[in-house]
Amino acid sequence: MSSDPTVLHAGSLALKPGYADHAADALRDLRQSGDAVDFRLDHHHDVASTIQLGFWIYLMSDCLLFSGLFATYALLNSHTAGGPAASQLFDLPDVLTETMFLLFSSFTCGLATLAMSADRRNATVGWLAVTFVLGLGFIGMEVREFAHMVAIGAGPGRSAFLSSFFTLVATHGLHVTCGLIFMAVMMAAVLKKGLTPTNRARLVNLSLFWHFLDIIWVGVFSLVYLFGVAHR
Amino acid sequence: MNCPDRSWFSRLCRLLPLPATLLLGGCHWALLDPKGPIGVDERWIIETAGGLMLLVVVPVIVLAIVIPWRYRASNTRAKYEPEWSHSNKVEAVMWSIPIVIVSILAVICWRTSHELDPFRPIPSKEKPVHIEAVAMDWKWLFIYPDQHIATVNEVAMPVGVPVVFHITSATVMNSFFIPRLGSQIYAMANMQTADNLVASVAGTYRGISANFSGGGFSGMTFKVKAMSASRYRQWLAKVGSSAKTLDAKQYLALDRPSSDVPVTYFSHVNPDLFAQILMGKLSAGRALAMAATTVTSGGETGPLRRD
Amino acid sequence: MLGKLTLSAIPYTNPIIMGAVAFMLICVAAVLGAITYLGKWKYLWTEWLTSVDHKKIGIMYLILAGIMLLRGFADALMMRAQQALSYGSNMGYLPPGHFDQVFSAHGTIMIFFMAMPFIIGLMNCILPLQIGARDVAFPLMNNLSLWLTAAGAVLVNVSLAVGNFSRAGWLGFAPLSELHYSPGVGVDYWIWALQISGIGTTLTGVNFIATILKMRAPGMKLMRMPVFAWASLCTSILIVAAFPLLTVTLALLTMDRYLGMHFFTNSLGGDPMMYINLIWIWGHPEVYILILPLFGVYSEIVPTFSGKRLFGYTSMVYATMAISVLSLIVWLHHFFTMGNGADVNAFFGITTMIIAVPTGVKIFNWLLTMYRGRVRLETPMLWTIGFLITFTIGGMSGVLLAEPPADFVLHNSLFLVAHFHNVIIGGVVFGIFAGVTYWAPKIFGFRLNERLGRAAFWCWFIGFYVAFMPLYALGLMGATRRMDHYDVAAWHPLFIVAACGAAIIFSGIILQVAQVVVSIRQRELTRDLTGDPWNGRTLEWSLPSPAPAYNFARIPVVRDRDAFWDMKQRGVDLKGATFVPIHMPRNKAAGFIIGGCAFVLAFAMIWHIWWLAIAALAGVIVTLIRHAFDEDRDYHLGAEEVRRVEALHGRVAARST
Repeated sequence: MSSDPTVLHAGSLALKPGYADHAADALRDLRQSGDAVDFRLDHHHDVASTIQLGFWIYLMSDCLLFSGLFATYALLNSHTAGGPAASQLFDLPDVLTETMFLLFSSFTCGLATLAMSADRRNATVGWLAVTFVLGLGFIGMEVREFAHMVAIGAGPGRSAFLSSFFTLVATHGLHVTCGLIFMAVMMAAVLKKGLTPTNRARLVNLSLFWHFLDIIWVGVFSLVYLFGVAHR
Repeated sequence: MNCPDRSWFSRLCRLLPLPATLLLGGCHWALLDPKGPIGVDERWIIETAGGLMLLVVVPVIVLAIVIPWRYRASNTRAKYEPEWSHSNKVEAVMWSIPIVIVSILAVICWRTSHELDPFRPIPSKEKPVHIEAVAMDWKWLFIYPDQHIATVNEVAMPVGVPVVFHITSATVMNSFFIPRLGSQIYAMANMQTADNLVASVAGTYRGISANFSGGGFSGMTFKVKAMSASRYRQWLAKVGSSAKTLDAKQYLALDRPSSDVPVTYFSHVNPDLFAQILMGKLSAGRALAMAATTVTSGGETGPLRRD
Repeated sequence: MLGKLTLSAIPYTNPIIMGAVAFMLICVAAVLGAITYLGKWKYLWTEWLTSVDHKKIGIMYLILAGIMLLRGFADALMMRAQQALSYGSNMGYLPPGHFDQVFSAHGTIMIFFMAMPFIIGLMNCILPLQIGARDVAFPLMNNLSLWLTAAGAVLVNVSLAVGNFSRAGWLGFAPLSELHYSPGVGVDYWIWALQISGIGTTLTGVNFIATILKMRAPGMKLMRMPVFAWASLCTSILIVAAFPLLTVTLALLTMDRYLGMHFFTNSLGGDPMMYINLIWIWGHPEVYILILPLFGVYSEIVPTFSGKRLFGYTSMVYATMAISVLSLIVWLHHFFTMGNGADVNAFFGITTMIIAVPTGVKIFNWLLTMYRGRVRLETPMLWTIGFLITFTIGGMSGVLLAEPPADFVLHNSLFLVAHFHNVIIGGVVFGIFAGVTYWAPKIFGFRLNERLGRAAFWCWFIGFYVAFMPLYALGLMGATRRMDHYDVAAWHPLFIVAACGAAIIFSGIILQVAQVVVSIRQRELTRDLTGDPWNGRTLEWSLPSPAPAYNFARIPVVRDRDAFWDMKQRGVDLKGATFVPIHMPRNKAAGFIIGGCAFVLAFAMIWHIWWLAIAALAGVIVTLIRHAFDEDRDYHLGAEEVRRVEALHGRVAARST
């Protein structure tokens, strides 16, 4: 049994850069045409979409990681062991400012993605830079809050409640820091190589990651800060 | 305790694993030769559930040998249907067999979980005896709050009288377990659990910690003496006449890790001791004791360290 | 400068440990020496260590798992020997502190570094071939997963020579694993070994989900996938769902131990019960992560060796999914004795029993597949029958333990130990051996020696019963687990019998080592030239053995569940006439380097060598960034090269008209 010439055609097309979609179309047509063949020479997968699926799965697993930390916090937040409780510690206006930094950075990150879609390289990098600065501001405020708490004797070793608070919030902060490194690398990459397909795919993942962290922060803000202060 | 032993169903079920029990007879089978009603009920569950499952397990094992042998490649006389891979009827049976068995087991599970909950007081005409048990590194401290006495690694109880063990730990998690009497339960620091047990036969039984707790774990056993009411009173008097008392200082000494600790009696103990241990109020002393690298050993084994 | 690390960390006064260390060092030196002598360093580096070929990565996983099986089994022998000796006045030869490390290491190694690498190795070797894919979704990440797992395994072995291992059991229950009660480096070794390999496993899960969802051959709908692929999918999903919880639990324990926090301590509000819950929320799905792929393996072996379709494919798939879902809501049965109250206990007891339903259905499916088949009783089939018998018994004792009141007396006893060895040896280990024997021709290109394989099976099968039936009995006698010494006369003979059982299993392992050696030496006799030595049914058998680097020169179009069987029935010609260049990923060192840095990072953290930890972390980040800028990631294997390789396997047809 010999292979169908159409298949060969579709296969070779897939190898030429830029023709991947055509090849995929050709294969799809062939599939619909009733499986006249038993073999295909090429089976070109849309790699970018696979990477994105992989990234989504990773985000889901990260989400479960946070759910573990949230559950821990929910369980331990009454275990103050005679130390300060949530209502005595949190400064809502500060946290609100911090939150605004992050929410606004998500917005600018979205603008960077839009700029990318419009093929505007400099605008992409520019919006990323704004996002980066906002993210840095967020981290700065968080570090300041932590330092203040440690200074007044409400460090992570004071009680189980504070352990779970610091761990949950710092894990989010660590994620944001990783996001900032990711962002810095992407700015360099886009400046160096432009909006290549690889860079585009990565920018999409970066923005997914950034929005994901925003969602997690909304959880932290509501469960930890608002709920904590509400129980004053 | 209402033993579900009386129903026709359980009688039927009991027949199945009975040979096994007879075969394994003898005094070493702690769980199959229990000395109290809780243990008897738990044995019933093991036998009933085991017997029910054997109804399927035995045929499956036989089939797992017979089918491949009957349809071995060299046996060309056997029927061969290479495409036969689906039958609604067969699959319905296949799903329903385990469903039926599991349903029966689930009913048993629900009922017995409630009846045999270790926290549940045992109904009895007798007024229950309260004993406080503290897991320590690596021994058991028993406090009789009503008598103000305490013992280490030995506990006595009157036969036929329900005993409520109030359990906590002054150290890591342990599990309080007297195999001949039934149900074990964890002993955890800052937590109080309870174990309701009763002995129906006099004798000396083995008590253990059933959860690994470090270097001296293997020697963390205690004697359980079930005795008649009069001998129990004598025993209480004997403990009450001991020269030793368990004051705060003695407690801190006891709290230091030691293994294979001999039975010790204390004629007096502060009635608040258990509550204090429970609230972690003695933890400063514990930390102090922990700071010492080498610790004393009560028994004949060499010194043990925590790490 | 070196943190807590001093020369006294090496236990040179302990002859047993030093003997083991010397043996290990001799083995390592011998291997390194042999590589140098043969001048194979470059080959090893370019073709294996940096390989992104899933088949080679799979083989490396299998080698790692095999080595760790030997290490873990040595621990088992030591425990059996200790308990056989240590009765009454005889204290045995292991002091408690050492015995505790042995059983902790045994459990940790067997689960994380023996069973997991074996199943991930099998998945790597076979899964892409079964679904008609040329690779996994993320080849380099696959390589990274391997080296993270290996880094964890090396850490466990290093703990033998430098410092000590955890004494807190394989799950490191808090508060025993807290700094207060375990002040040494042992628990830290355990934490970091698991943390690093756990991250590797999570990445594997992500990789295989994407591979299975995105890279199946045309025509292979989900309900046409081989059951092994289904099982791998479910396992991968469970990995992604459960392993983050392990990461969290270990991280929280790390916070307690390194930063003085109070998650699981006895003081300042810490809650050790939360640890037990968290670790089992991961731990129970983990059990099914281990067994599901092997259920898949049996589902491939039984139809192949019965020359018959798998009975009840749909039931099988739904049963697998049901088990996956249920496995997430049964964790509490590991601690009925915590005093959770009757309602909670009963709920978890019943959910646990329900798992017996889909599992039972699977057993019936395998039996009915053999029914009216033509069963060839070759080694893989022997393991399978051994499994059916043994696993059924293990399942029964498992359901028994799911009755909370029965668990109240059986919990933590040797009955429990016998139960989980019954399912893990009878299910997982037998399945691994069945799978390795079955797929050996595809993986290595030659069959394993049949005679030695059979002999090994009988040793394992008989040895298992001799070793573990006494433990069931001991459990019913009230003997608890993890005792380094006991004083009950009636237990002594049973412990001696159990030790004999371990010795019988040991002879099985020796036979398996001999089997590997003999099979390699006689490989020309058993070389698989057809690619289809067992008259197989699934796509991997349509390829030459071993499969070429690109797997499929032409991607098959799938029309049936038993895709290759169907092709054979229709007389489809495997020879191709036209070939096109194939897109291939390039081998990269990044995975190995990150794995190495992770090892250094962990070692530095264990010994509090902070500067080194920071340097290693920087190494990881720099490697990642450098990789991001590396564009030389793939290449095309030319059509002529493909033709040449295919011709080697006689798979080139005369050019069609």
